[in-house]
Amino acid sequence: MIVATDRAPDEAIVRFENVGLRYGLGPEVLKDVNFALQKGSFHFLIGESGAGKSSLLKLIYLALKPSRGLISLFDHEIAITPRPDLPALRRRVGVVFQEFKLLNHLSAYDNVALPLRVAGVRESVVKKHVSELLAWVGLEQHMQARPPTLSGGQQQRVSIARAIIARPQLLLADEPTGNVDDVMGFRLMHLFEELNRLGTTVVIATHNMQVVERLGHGRLLLDDGRLIMESARAKIAPKLENLVPGSRQKALAAAESAAAADSFGKYPGDSEIFGDPSSLKDYL
Amino acid sequence: MLKFISRRSDLPLDHDAHSRFLPWLIAFMVFLANLAMVGMLMLNTVAERWDQGVTGTLTVQISPAEDPSEDDPRLQAILKVLASAKAIDRYEVISDERVLKLLEPWLGGVAKSKDLPLPRLVDVELHSGAQLNVIKLTNQINKVAPGSRVDDHRIWLDRLVSLIRTVQTLATAVLFFIGFATVGTVVFTTRTGLAIHREAIEVLHLIGAQDAYIARQFASRAMALGLTGGLLGLALGLPTLMGIGYLIGRMDGFFVPSLELGAHHWMIVGFLPIGVAAIATVTAKMTVLRSLRRML
Ligand SMILES: Nc1ncnc2c1ncn2[C@@H]1O[C@H](COP(=O)(O)OP(=O)(O)OP(=O)(O)O)[C@@H](O)[C@H]1O
Ligand SMILES: [Mg+2]
Repeated sequence: MIVATDRAPDEAIVRFENVGLRYGLGPEVLKDVNFALQKGSFHFLIGESGAGKSSLLKLIYLALKPSRGLISLFDHEIAITPRPDLPALRRRVGVVFQEFKLLNHLSAYDNVALPLRVAGVRESVVKKHVSELLAWVGLEQHMQARPPTLSGGQQQRVSIARAIIARPQLLLADEPTGNVDDVMGFRLMHLFEELNRLGTTVVIATHNMQVVERLGHGRLLLDDGRLIMESARAKIAPKLENLVPGSRQKALAAAESAAAADSFGKYPGDSEIFGDPSSLKDYL
Repeated sequence: MLKFISRRSDLPLDHDAHSRFLPWLIAFMVFLANLAMVGMLMLNTVAERWDQGVTGTLTVQISPAEDPSEDDPRLQAILKVLASAKAIDRYEVISDERVLKLLEPWLGGVAKSKDLPLPRLVDVELHSGAQLNVIKLTNQINKVAPGSRVDDHRIWLDRLVSLIRTVQTLATAVLFFIGFATVGTVVFTTRTGLAIHREAIEVLHLIGAQDAYIARQFASRAMALGLTGGLLGLALGLPTLMGIGYLIGRMDGFFVPSLELGAHHWMIVGFLPIGVAAIATVTAKMTVLRSLRRML
């Protein structure tokens, strides 16, 4: 690899060097962005609206080219990577888009199956894994439903399932809790932490400072197009009263529903797919 | 190939209203291509046969002398000239009855009158492949029988053959235009499809689909549409061709020596739908690949 680095080269999942981005002839939205994400790290990407969070994520998931600077993904310098090699890199990244980007003409099942089919996985394997994951996110009753007939939260779970079905090494989520209540928001964060524990590097763009404060983790703060990286801090123990503003009764109800939904908050322990990452090598 | 066609599609291309007209357009073009092609092939046969059939024959026409008693000696003299020409295989004096019959359409019953001076005609056949100096023969014959003519059919046949060649060139041009129009239509339809499904394509792209994966979906759709259109065009074209064949069959066989379609004609006609489907498939694929290459 050509990129000069003082770290072990296999550790950085993402590396930005003096990256600048402008749209057309507009001003630079991102200026001199420098950072590296270590394997297995968990970061919140924060900054006010229009700060460039989505733009930064787009650069990482290879939807945009930077106007200047170098971007490396899994130690592949993107600018010099031949175009036919990029899809393979994209498959190692799971993205939860801010607006879901589900394909409305496909069922929930087919939406989640896409990353596997695109990778040429056998249909019998696809069936097994997709059914299992959809059941795991609590959508076994809705496998054949099309996204427009699903609630916002259900669509969100479909989009998350699609992002993680192929066991990405890097998970990017753009405002994944933007459209759901706080309880659902925390449940989803719990899910991301669970994935992180299994080795996935995670970056989550969010406005929800309550979540950011509570979970600790590292921060990527965007301010005036510049990026400031902050390391993780101590986790704040959750308090139900803080979780759901309003009456204590409402909070208790929320806690109950959270417990009931725990089935998708944890990986199934006996699952050969999600319990043991190495088994994924069989089909990826 | 079958796997290619039956492949499940991630894009709702089957429901695209804009591509429904494509099979009809293709059908129309295949229909035209059918006619142009078969017409061309048939003309080819005709031109070849005329070319060959006519090089081998001449007609000598002896105009009646002022004194009818001289007619016979003149004929005999001419026959002697013909007999001495090496290139000539066979000659035959056409009987008065046949001459009368040939002239009947112009002269009607009047020709029956024995008083009417009739030209004598001699049908001459050359050895196959032999070359004859027609001008020299004409001079020799005119020495013994002034006013006689040697007609080698060349002049009007040459014109006919060159007319046929022109028509064939035009038909070839028409075929090319049809090809271009097909390609253009498929490109347009594919581009519209790309625009309509831009967001879904973007998702597939970001999920890590290779360009070929996306292109394949458009290509198999185009193949299905092209094949449908091609077969439709064939269904329209076949009755037309058979009708033309029937009409030609009823015509007198002199000008149009046997115009039935040969086996290879039918093969080409049957190949058209496959050919047009292949053109549609390749065109759609190239269009999608070119447009995707603009994405990172
Ligand atoms: N496609 C585009 N063309 C031109 N300008 C754009 C485009 N996308 C984003 N921008 C501009 O880039 C800047 C950063 O946008 P971006 O969407 O990255 O912000 P964000 O931090 O994700 O905001 P939010 O929190 O509201 O989602 C904004 O000023 C926006 O106007
Ligand atoms: Mg955004």
